[in-house]
Amino acid sequence: MMKGASQHIFPWLDERFNLSPLVNYIRHKAVPMHRQSVWYYTGGVALFLFIIQVATGILLLFYYQPGVDSAFESVRFIMTKVHFGWLIRSIHSWSANLFILLIFIHMFSTFFNRAYKKPRELTWMSGFVLLLLAMGFGFSGYLLPWDELAFFATKVGTDIVNAVPLIGKALKIVLRGGEDVTGATLSRFYAFHVALLPAIFTAIISAHLLFVQRQGMHAPESFEKLPPEKKKTIPFFPNFMLKDFLLWLVVLNILLYLAVFFPWELGVKADPFASAPAGIRPEWYFMFMFQFLKLLPGHIWILEGEVVGVLFFMIIAIAWLFVPFWDRKAKPGRKLQSMAMIGIVAIIYILVMTILGYVL
Amino acid sequence: MGLKRRKFIDFLLGAGLLGWAGSIIYPIISFLNPPKIPEANVNAVKAGTAADFPPNSAQIIKFGRKPVILIRTENGEFRALAATCTHLDCIVQYRGDTKQIWCACHNGIYDLRGRNVSGPPPRPLAEYAVNIVNDEIIVSKSKQVS
Repeated sequence: MMKGASQHIFPWLDERFNLSPLVNYIRHKAVPMHRQSVWYYTGGVALFLFIIQVATGILLLFYYQPGVDSAFESVRFIMTKVHFGWLIRSIHSWSANLFILLIFIHMFSTFFNRAYKKPRELTWMSGFVLLLLAMGFGFSGYLLPWDELAFFATKVGTDIVNAVPLIGKALKIVLRGGEDVTGATLSRFYAFHVALLPAIFTAIISAHLLFVQRQGMHAPESFEKLPPEKKKTIPFFPNFMLKDFLLWLVVLNILLYLAVFFPWELGVKADPFASAPAGIRPEWYFMFMFQFLKLLPGHIWILEGEVVGVLFFMIIAIAWLFVPFWDRKAKPGRKLQSMAMIGIVAIIYILVMTILGYVL
Repeated sequence: MGLKRRKFIDFLLGAGLLGWAGSIIYPIISFLNPPKIPEANVNAVKAGTAADFPPNSAQIIKFGRKPVILIRTENGEFRALAATCTHLDCIVQYRGDTKQIWCACHNGIYDLRGRNVSGPPPRPLAEYAVNIVNDEIIVSKSKQVS
């Protein structure tokens, strides 16, 4: 019966939309199998977590009310009164963190495999922009419960924008919706978080995935050099996709375990006229930048310390975005290549600053 | 002749397109730039009675829309300073143990005159004048500080 239906439906659609080339494409898509293949899954898991974010985010929208007098209360309502509200919110928060973690892993695996090289420059660049957008999601979403930690983290975060040369001051006011972090800021962050960022993110992730589809998976040089008969591949559909789904199921279980046994908490409601409490810290993925700024002295040469810090991160981010264009060829025979060195230094820097941030 | 005319048309179209883009982008940018809300010009606020402040303690008070930290030192003297850290906008607090003003966000430290003594703050905290009139504490903008 089912088979009969599909036998009729497909030709009906195919006749109208000419689906055969697409089906052929899917049928022939192959995934290279080698020692580094495991990293192929990281992008897929990040995509899965994004889907979770969209789904739980939409659910939270049914109850969340932005506003100084309602944001905190509505999140508390979600967590205490709404059926499974605590679970949905906890999943949303945990998934947000795992999402960014996975993007970081995905990015560094790409970096160390030098998968960003020609012809995949734009895949790398769109991917890095997606990481920045994901961090924007994290930053804007962090404020929405309007609790004390988020309030001060947002004050600090938006004040850092002030240090951007020339447009910093104007940018800060546009971000905050005024001079200070107020209800106007909350409205803006809400708009960023549920409308602007999702729209941009969806467009760029579509391009990112399209690039991957057009170019196929990157394989290491050692694999490319193999004679065709020795190149091991598996079909994308259904083999790789089923493996992907299996991993997604594992990730979903981990996510549920974290959300249930370590439920995300809601702090104290923000009070714009209270001292910042001790232990103000941003989310872990901002920690390395936060800690670096904390360690800078008030003045460096004739500039304020934070201006130097912000310029430093801007230069690093631009350099990182354009990695495919200044990447140096691997020198034969050298054990540790210069690009790998750069990657290791970056990871050590991030790890040390992050640990210092939690210890100091 | 034909080329010249084409160039002219291209220029006209290009300029028209730029003008059109500007007429779309300008209102959007202006829209995003929040209108200035007139601020009530506060020159002085009442902060309560001296009895509300035990020595070696402090409170954040509202000075219009700005937070101000009102400190009563160990020897009973009152000091009022802008409570917004000059580093990254957090609100500072008084530390009774060290007798200093501390910003929890980045470990910035000021002395009781508001001078930035350690950590990242680049500038001192602005000082406010404190007067006690009929046992009521009046915090006001001091003359040297705008």
